[in-house]
Amino acid sequence: MMRIAEALAAFKPHRGDAIVVPGRGGRYWVELTDNEKMDVPLGDPAMGGHAGFALGLALAQPKRRVVLFDSEGDILMSLGMLTTIAEQAPANFYHFLLDNEVYATTGGQPVPNAKNVKYDRLALAAGYPRAQAFDKLDDFDRALPEILGRPGPVFVALKVYPEIENAPIGSRVRWNRRSRTQVIADLRGEIGIGS
Amino acid sequence: MAEASTVALSPETVLAEMKKNAVSHIVWLPDSETNWLYLLMKAEPSLTLVGVSREGHACSIASGLAAGGARPMILIQNTGLQESGDSLRGWLLGMNVGVVIMVGYRGWTRHGVTTDTAATYTEPFINAYGLSYYLAENDADAPRISVAFEEAEKSKRPVVVLVGDEYHGFNR
Repeated sequence: MMRIAEALAAFKPHRGDAIVVPGRGGRYWVELTDNEKMDVPLGDPAMGGHAGFALGLALAQPKRRVVLFDSEGDILMSLGMLTTIAEQAPANFYHFLLDNEVYATTGGQPVPNAKNVKYDRLALAAGYPRAQAFDKLDDFDRALPEILGRPGPVFVALKVYPEIENAPIGSRVRWNRRSRTQVIADLRGEIGIGS
Repeated sequence: MAEASTVALSPETVLAEMKKNAVSHIVWLPDSETNWLYLLMKAEPSLTLVGVSREGHACSIASGLAAGGARPMILIQNTGLQESGDSLRGWLLGMNVGVVIMVGYRGWTRHGVTTDTAATYTEPFINAYGLSYYLAENDADAPRISVAFEEAEKSKRPVVVLVGDEYHGFNR
């Protein structure tokens, strides 16, 4: 397993000018990024939707790479989304999955069949042309140039340590320094589209 | 057939409204109203069809499309709209997405006797989310679709067009 921040740090040198949707890795990514306006940290607008949102971005901006850090809880809620992504097959879409086997924001209860789901195989079965899985940071680090150097869509499942939040939601420290409205406005400004 | 054109919302009319309003992507799940419309949309080069397997997915996809500068429209049935509640809340209302959701009004009778619970709960559901909506039953109602687009763009909120024309018109 690897820590989420380590996985994101390994990705960072390969980011280039990609739009990054950090999903539930957002609270770590905001501390690492050096191109904040091309980041789309949204927190959790509604569970299960990060893949759809990132797909929409990729379809709307086909000349820009879109990198998503999804979670297994989100994708389990929307497995059918894998078939939509595979059918659309955006070549600019890079779908990473942070699999910590639990619902970390609600106290760490296991997701269904947590230890046995092979998410890379689910993606392949849904029609993704490429999918891989890593549980060691070194292996992931070595594979990143090849993963990002070829056209998407690609699905990469990463086993990460659960980093569990137990504090009541109302007393948690907000990690996102920008509102969702500001995040979208910043992105649109950066890629040169109107408000 | 002449009668049908006056009582039905024809798929050609709906396609014309999509083109008039510069729709780029149709995010959709088929329903019993739309099979003829599907063939027309598929043949229209200005539209990209994004098929989903559960209607809530349409909300997050449309949100991403809108954020990236595209002009999506959602096309689903009232059953799927009701399934989409949390995604509608978070990905459309929460992200200020001005998108038109065209909804097949399954069970609509316009005679005051509704036996299909899909229809029973449709308007209360829409009202619970505070959404504006319009009913389109025939070609004469088609300008309401453009009104919905204008309102969605201005308010930055989703606006619903209920299609009260099941099993004829769209379906032929």
